[in-house]
Amino acid sequence: MISTQNIRFAYGKDAEFNFPDIATLAGQSLLITGGSGRGKTTFLHILGGLLRPQSGQVLIEGTDLATLSEKKLDRFRGINIGLVLQQSYFVSSLNVLENVVLASWLATGKQATDKAKQLLQELDLNEHLHKLPSQLSIGQQQRVSIARALINQPKLLLADEPTSSLDDENAFRVADMLSHLAKQYGSALIIVTHDQRLKDRFPNQISL
Amino acid sequence: MITKIAWKNIWFKPLNTALSIILLTASVAIITLLILLDEQFEKKFNANIDGVDMVLGAQGSPLQLILSSVYQVDAPTGNIDYLEAKTWMHSPMVKSAIPLAFGDNYRGYRIVGTTPEYLTKYGAELKDGKVFDKNFEVVVGSEIAQNLGIKVGDKFFGSHGDAAEGELHEDHAYHVTGIASPTGKVMDNLILCNVPSVWAMHDHEHEGSEGGTTGEQHEHEGHDEAVADIHEHEDHDHETHAEGEEHDHEHEEVAISEEGKEITAVLIQFRGKMGFITWPRLVAQNTKMQAASPAREINRLFTLFGIGLDALQYLAYGIMLISGISIFIALYNTLKERKYEFALLRVNGASRLQLLLLVLIESLLLCITGFIFGTIVGRVALSLISGSSESEFKISFNPLEFVWEKEGYLLGLTIFVGVLAAVIPAVKAYSLNISKTLANA
Repeated sequence: MISTQNIRFAYGKDAEFNFPDIATLAGQSLLITGGSGRGKTTFLHILGGLLRPQSGQVLIEGTDLATLSEKKLDRFRGINIGLVLQQSYFVSSLNVLENVVLASWLATGKQATDKAKQLLQELDLNEHLHKLPSQLSIGQQQRVSIARALINQPKLLLADEPTSSLDDENAFRVADMLSHLAKQYGSALIIVTHDQRLKDRFPNQISL
Repeated sequence: MITKIAWKNIWFKPLNTALSIILLTASVAIITLLILLDEQFEKKFNANIDGVDMVLGAQGSPLQLILSSVYQVDAPTGNIDYLEAKTWMHSPMVKSAIPLAFGDNYRGYRIVGTTPEYLTKYGAELKDGKVFDKNFEVVVGSEIAQNLGIKVGDKFFGSHGDAAEGELHEDHAYHVTGIASPTGKVMDNLILCNVPSVWAMHDHEHEGSEGGTTGEQHEHEGHDEAVADIHEHEDHDHETHAEGEEHDHEHEEVAISEEGKEITAVLIQFRGKMGFITWPRLVAQNTKMQAASPAREINRLFTLFGIGLDALQYLAYGIMLISGISIFIALYNTLKERKYEFALLRVNGASRLQLLLLVLIESLLLCITGFIFGTIVGRVALSLISGSSESEFKISFNPLEFVWEKEGYLLGLTIFVGVLAAVIPAVKAYSLNISKTLANA
């Protein structure tokens, strides 16, 4: 589970954000909405340990992210946090399966090949295991990044505009998979988006 | 795993990779070749000088005298009078003196009239048979025996001069009494007999025919023969064309006396150091001969070579620098598109250090691949060179020799270039701001 307290972050003097306190339990989901410029992505990066806040506390499973060194934070992030981004990035020289397996190796030092295959199968990517990511459609790529985010069964699954570049059909499909799999793996799911389509699907919402 | 990613990454851009590897291969190959040539050439040359302090021969180019009498590659400068040479050979300063008389060849291999001391000087033992004793008995060098399949007891006719097409001496056959053991020196490619054999062989000759026609004809001082009729060009064995040849033509006597006889050169070893200093001047002042020091002449030759070798070496280092720059540019260019990849690796739990290593390993993989190819290509080149130098100068090189120290330095240098090329990209990857990178996507 994840909870935050009094998080404040500023880019220079002009842009200062004070984020609301949130708390999400395992298996629950939370939708954070807000127009552009409200610091959605910044908040998500703070939650994911990519950015350190000026003040305030992020607690994930009882660990205060601020207490971790850079190296420990990398490690912690790899094991406990899965991240799905608006645009999918991959190691372009590795195929789909290798990209997912790589995430497990980076976090745990072990290559969870079987689990990656199973996960990709659940995401309906069975036929694309040995293709390069660049050979897939955007929707397929997004599903691969979901598989990658979930391979280590993270405590927290973060998604940054996961559907904004997808058409309706794919957007709903991705949203379904995210909430379904987050429940299945017992991860707390937090999505930041301005995508109106998602607002009906996730009852827990806050607005920045 | 990092290495695997690095490996996949470098092959993901095959053209960039190929360019970097080709450049590295070229520079490493040239340097390897130079290292091996330098090492082996000098060793080969110096091995043959061992125990030869001074060479006594006809006037002319001292370098030519050394090349012809010690290395058997160039034409002799001419002939000297045996009796006159003998007075010098018996000088108290001289520890040993080995006469050499050139005259004939057998299928391109020189037949040299000398004394059995020549064998001991080059550390050759008899693998088979016994040392030449009577006229026309010969000991055959190991390589010739192997190449031509000569055995003890075989007989053959020599051809006049130095080229295989020379006129055949059909009056006397040479009789093989011994096969020498391999020495790795010029000895392996010579056929040795006693000096009187050479005289006797030519006592019956009445036509003075120049043997080689295709090779360069050197100026032969003290040459008394007519450069005339060229006949009997058998088309086989074009082995030794590089040399015109010199021979003593004795037309007057049939009986073999030393009176008026000529030889080609004498290899001298001194007792003390005095001879080194005094002989060149004494010989030049008092006789028509010259005394040349092999060490000095070879040194001179190496200095001449050295300029060319140095230039080649600078060229190779230049190519290596370019390959370093090419690796740098390749890594740096892809960094822009790969920064998301790096950010992603960080998100997935990779540490900064792992990213640094990834870039470094990519560069090193290129360098080590280039080094391995270069080492192989350099050796292939050497074996090609060896093939042609073998047939032309009877000098062969061993491509399988490893000069560990120098090649170790070369490997070190290659790795250094790799690290240097990767430093800036690697540090950039290390200090990547993931949040910013992903937010600006």
